[in-house]
Order: sequence, then C-alpha cells, then structure tokens
Amino acid sequence: MIVEAGQLALTFAFALSLLLSTVPLYGSFTANQRLLLLAKPLAFGLFIFSAVAMAALIYAFCTSDFTVINVAQNSSSTLPWYYQITASFGSHEGSMLLWVLMLCGWTALVAQFSKALPLLLQGRILGILGLISAGFIAFSLFMSNPFARSLPFYPVEGRDLNPLLQDFGMIMHPPTLYMGYVGFAVAFAFAIAALMGGRFDSVWARWVRPWALAAWLFLTLGIMLGSWWAYNELGWGGWWFWDPVENASFMPWLAGTALIHSLAVTEKRGTFKSWTVLLALSAFALSLVGAFLVRSGVLVSVHSFATDPGRGLYLLAFLLVVIGGSLLLYGSRMNSVRSQARYQLFSREMLLWGNNIFLLTACLIVFLGTLFPLFHKELGLGSISIGEPFFNQMFYYLTIPFALLLGLGPWVRWKQQQVMPLIRPLAMVAVAALIVSLGVLASMQSVQANLALLGMLLGAWVGISALAEVMLRLRQFGSISKGITKLNASHYGMTLAHIGFAVLVIGVAMTKTYTTERDVRMQQGDVATVADYEFTLTEVYELNGPNYGGQAAELDVRKDGQFVTHLHAEKRFYRIQRTIMTESAVHARLSRDLYVSLGEELPGDAWALRIHVKPFVRWIWLGGVLMALGALLALCDKRYRRKQTQREPGAEHA
Amino acid sequence: MHPRRQKRLIAVVLVISLLASAIGAMLYALQQNIDLFYTPSQLVDGLGKDKIKPQVGQRLRIGGMVVNGSVTRDPDSLKVSFDLVDTGPIVRVTYEGILPDLFREGQGIVAQGVLIDATTIAASEVLAKHDEEYMPPEVAEALKGIKHVPPSQQGAANATSTEGRY
Repeated sequence: MIVEAGQLALTFAFALSLLLSTVPLYGSFTANQRLLLLAKPLAFGLFIFSAVAMAALIYAFCTSDFTVINVAQNSSSTLPWYYQITASFGSHEGSMLLWVLMLCGWTALVAQFSKALPLLLQGRILGILGLISAGFIAFSLFMSNPFARSLPFYPVEGRDLNPLLQDFGMIMHPPTLYMGYVGFAVAFAFAIAALMGGRFDSVWARWVRPWALAAWLFLTLGIMLGSWWAYNELGWGGWWFWDPVENASFMPWLAGTALIHSLAVTEKRGTFKSWTVLLALSAFALSLVGAFLVRSGVLVSVHSFATDPGRGLYLLAFLLVVIGGSLLLYGSRMNSVRSQARYQLFSREMLLWGNNIFLLTACLIVFLGTLFPLFHKELGLGSISIGEPFFNQMFYYLTIPFALLLGLGPWVRWKQQQVMPLIRPLAMVAVAALIVSLGVLASMQSVQANLALLGMLLGAWVGISALAEVMLRLRQFGSISKGITKLNASHYGMTLAHIGFAVLVIGVAMTKTYTTERDVRMQQGDVATVADYEFTLTEVYELNGPNYGGQAAELDVRKDGQFVTHLHAEKRFYRIQRTIMTESAVHARLSRDLYVSLGEELPGDAWALRIHVKPFVRWIWLGGVLMALGALLALCDKRYRRKQTQREPGAEHA
Repeated sequence: MHPRRQKRLIAVVLVISLLASAIGAMLYALQQNIDLFYTPSQLVDGLGKDKIKPQVGQRLRIGGMVVNGSVTRDPDSLKVSFDLVDTGPIVRVTYEGILPDLFREGQGIVAQGVLIDATTIAASEVLAKHDEEYMPPEVAEALKGIKHVPPSQQGAANATSTEGRY
C-alpha cells in the first residue's frame, strides 16, 4: 500500500512539475500576474510530493518489503536499520529519487527565499527549475522506477546492500554530493531567467551569489567525504584516484569555483557579465555530464551504476537539450550585453580573470583525461586508459602559477593597483613563507629540493598572505579589535577558504612526498618496521558480525620502544553478496596517519598486510573542510539578507 | 594605438600564448600517459588491422581471465604470478604486492604494467571489480561468440543487472 502511495506521490510530483514548468513561464510572457503567483505554491507542492515518495521508499526498505525489486536487490533483513535507510539511495533507482528530492528541495528553498525578487523573475526561475525537475522525475518514473514490484514471484530474502556502501561515509557522501550537483541548477535557472529578461547587473549577481556559494559548499563537502570514504573503505590507502566518477564531480566543482569568483566581479564591478552567465550554465551542464557518465555505463569505474543503454540515451538526450537550449539562448541574447567598467592590466579584475583561466584549464584537463579514452574507443582506435601521472603532472604545472596568483589576489585593488605599495608587504610575506616552510621541513630533518618543499612554499605563501591581508584590512578600520566586527563576513569567508586551499596544497605535497608504503608478509608475532614505526602483528582471529564474517588482525605499534597505539584491521566477508571488504585500521594525528589494511591469507599461516605511514594526509580533508566553512561564513554575510537594495552597482568597496 | 587598447592587446596575446603552451604541454603529457589495452590474444597476435605488437618495455594494460591453478606464490614474500587467457594464447603476469580482495582463479581481472618479454608482464597494479560476475568489457568483447553466461543470468542471458554500485 505504502509503496503504491509512493508511486502515486511521484506521479503527482511529475504532474506538478509539468505545471510548474509551463504555467509561470507562460504567465511571464503574457504578463499574467495570477499565473506567476502560482509558481510558489506549485514549488512547495512539488517538494512535498517528492518527499512523500522518498519517505515511502525508505519505508519499504525499513520493512524489508522484498516484493519491491529495488529493495530485494539492495537490502536484506539482516542489514542494520541505519543501512536499510541508506540502502534506499544506494542503488541507481533510489539515488535518482534522492536526486529528484534534492532538486525539489532547492526549488522550494528558492520559492521561500525569493521574496526580494521581482515576481516576473521569480516565476521564470521557478519555472525553469520545474522544467529540470520534470526531466528528472520523468526519468525516474519511466526509465528507472524505484517502486517497481516483482509480483507474484518475489524472493524471501534480499541480495543485501553492496558492502562497499555499508559505511558512515556512505551515509553522508551521496546526499551531500547531490545537494551540490543539483544546487548548481539554481544558478543555472537564475542565468536562464536573466537571459530571457535581458537583465544582468550587480543586483542580479548579488541574488545568485548565495545560491552558487551554497551549492559549492555542498559539493566541496561531498567530494571531501567521498575521498575520506575511499581512503577508509577501499583499503588502498589512496585519497584520490582520478577515477572517471571522481572526475565527474571534480569538473562541476572547478567550474563552480570559477563561477563564485566571477560572480564577485559581476557583483562588485558590473563586468564579466556574459562570462559569469556562461560559467553558471556550464557548472550545471557539467553536473549533468557527471550524471550521464555515472549512470549511462559508458565509463567503467568502481562507482558506476550497472548499465542500461536506454537510460544512457535518455540522459544524453536530456543533456543535449539542456546544453543546446541554454547555449542557443545565450548566443542569441548575450551579444547585446555590454560591460562598461574599465580596468587596468594590474587590477583585481585581471587577477580574478586569471583565476578563472586556470580553473577552466584544470577543468578542461580533467574533461579531456576522462573522455579521451571514450572517444578513442568509439573511433575504433582501441581501448586505452589514461594514467594517474597525466593528471598529476598537469595539476603540478597548474597549481604553481595558480597559488602564486592566489597569494597576490586579495591585496590588489579593483580597477587599478600601483605596484610599489605592494612590494614591501608581499616581500615580507614571501620571507615569512620561506622561513616557515624551511623551518617545518628542517624540524623533520628533510630539507630537499622536492615536491614537499614546493608545496610547503606555495601553501605558506597563500596562507600567510591571506592572514596578512586580513590583518591589513582590520588595521584600516583603526585598530584590529575595532575592525574585527566591521569587516564583512564574506571577507572572512574568502580568507578562510584561501587558507583551506593552502592547507590542502601542503597536505597533498607532504603526503605525496613522504608517504611510506609497504606490503608485507607477516605471521603472528612478526614485526615490520615502516618509517621508524614498529608494527607487531599480535593476533589474527575470526570475526562474526550481523551480516558478515571474516578475519580481524590486531597490531601493536611502537616507536623508539614507546607504545604508540593499538590497531584493529578487518577483512569482512559479506555472506549474502559473497564479497570481501577491507576495513582498514587508521590511527590519525594532524602530522601523520598510520594506516593498516589486512590483505589475503597466504600459505603457511601468514597474512599479507599493507602498512602505510602517511604524513599530513589529514590536511587534505582539513583543507576541504576549511574551504566549505569559508563558503558558509560568506553565506552569512548581511548583504544577502537585505530585503531590497537600491544602491548603485559598484558603490561598495571590497 | 590607443594605450588602453595596447594594454588589452598585450593581455590577450599573453593569454593566448599561455593557453597554447598549456594545451601543448597537455597533449604532450597525454601522449606520454596513454596505456593501450590488450587481451592475451591481442598481445600475442597483434592489435588492430595492422597487427601491431607491443614492444618490450612498453607500458600497457592487459585484461583476461585468470587461468585455474596458475597462481603461484613465493613462500617468503608477496611475489605472485598467474596466467591470463581469453580465447587461446596465455600470457604470464608477475606482481609483487597485495592482490585485490576479489582476485580469484577463473575471474576476469585487469593488470597495469610493463611488458618484459613477448608473453610476460610485470604488473604494477592489479584490478578486480567488486563483483564476482565482472568481466572487463574488452574481454567480454573478445569472448563474444564463446558462451559465457554469468551464474545469475542463466536463462536470461541478456537481462540487464540493476545492481547499484558507487
């Protein structure tokens, strides 16, 4: 019964999304206010019905209703209750419904928080979001129905959730990531609505900015959670694999990062308009490309959902309609938009432009590296794979100038900046960065001309520069204590996010350079020494979990004879799916991780163990979290909550 | 020329040269990092119409089914070697390290490595998908015509699986 109610709710949601995508848009062209006013209630209705559908699906999972194919294939009665809930979005069908729910959630949020917007614009934005929802709900309903039954013949027990997905990281990762992906739909809708009306000014940019920031915030967190999950669950000790699906989430992130920077220019200076709009369109288009890559099965990776050509074709068609339609509209409208503001070669505008160029180059590299094998194969040139070294190499080259510019950027004024006044403070920052990075490396007794030194220098340059810049701004208010409350939140947000980037760069460089990895063969009582740490295998014994068995290994870790920690690594065998999973043991500190995963059993009572000592690996995720926190701070800025803004564009100072 | 225009021109030229060098570097790096995929028979007979065989020392990927009973381990270290097969020829893969959780005899795997002689590959990485019915798509392609029906699809050979994976 409940399942049918869910199906019905989804059908209602589809009907509402069709109404939402036609009525307000029609009203906007015929200047019919009554029709425009309908947009808001329709958006709320859409959200309520999609939420009911998702709730019904979760209910089916929690009650282990195996007559539903989706439940039977992705859950079992022995699965703990919290994983039964997360199993509801572990499969392709379920995750598509979650995607729909997120999209409708964003639509409802826009409806709620768009009081300041003119009615016409509001109606158009909600109408476009309705159009996108209609596309995805139709896909969910007709191509991948999560509520499909297998009556009258149904299994008595389900096939269980893929063990890889039975982890806390997995509970958080997909919803966060989808919030980010789908969030760019809002910026996209704003851009399309503005293209229809031909209005692009600072006010428009100020409206879009918080939405783009929010989407970027979720996407950043989602990617970080995914990386953290892979580190813990895949048992390889890696944190980023340049896997096609990782790349699929990285591309919209890069475009989104470019977008939030370009929006700053459009808001403060009223220029870069067409560029900003193009970025808003491409951020969402890349999210759709990501969805297509993951769900169509054109690329094979650990992430991708099982393949069905029909689904891929639908998504490809949807993708082409969205991208083609928006680019056509863009092409026909954008040539009338002119930016008046002037700026010199050395100005913040130019530096932010440089930022955009580097981010988009990075995006292009990822795009090329991800799709090149696909084209190569389709052209009949044979199957190829593009190795990690390609991406790593390209990102080394890009990060150096990017980080150098990033340290400079916040110091430079809009419009025009004299070189002379910056030389002294920046020279001081450079010297401080040199001292700090050499000091840190000297304390580790490893001052060498290597990647770690480069990463430390760049990270310290960006981080110290961001801190020094904020101090300077505070001092401009009279004294630091007076300035602390006066400086606006978005400035703090920017500083925090830049420090996050610095932390990330340092983490990556240090981990890449100083990670010690060893695969060893150990019997009980054996000692393996990895990077001054002595790992003693004390015991290996049988495991007995709710839906899995397997083995667990206990290790004691000592350094210089001192006891450091006790590690517990597992190798689980999930009975129903008959798959083996590695639960690695991690002892985390800010300066290093000790990472052990249990490998296969070898002849002669021995075990293969993978032992890593990874310095600074936490910094990578810490950097991501700082960036997300920076976005959150910027979102709290008062100016996004002002009801109506009558101020002239460009009157504000950064 | 107007000084402002001149500056713009310099900026544009700068950016274009930057972009060009970036794309050049990118394509060069891409060329260095392409690994061709072979199946054991392609490795032995050559790939494509021209029957191009890989050279010794070349980096490549190989995918095939692990031959039953071919996995031999060194008793004192993590050195292991095994045979791969698709439709006939057999290729030997050597590896030192931990094999993936789902590495089993009779199952499809992909190995990334360097060719050390005509039929031996020193692998740096061995990949097996978290799925006992998994076969690398290229191997499935090569095996077309030879009956391979995964256990759960017997009776409905072309049924599509809807199992979720991330």
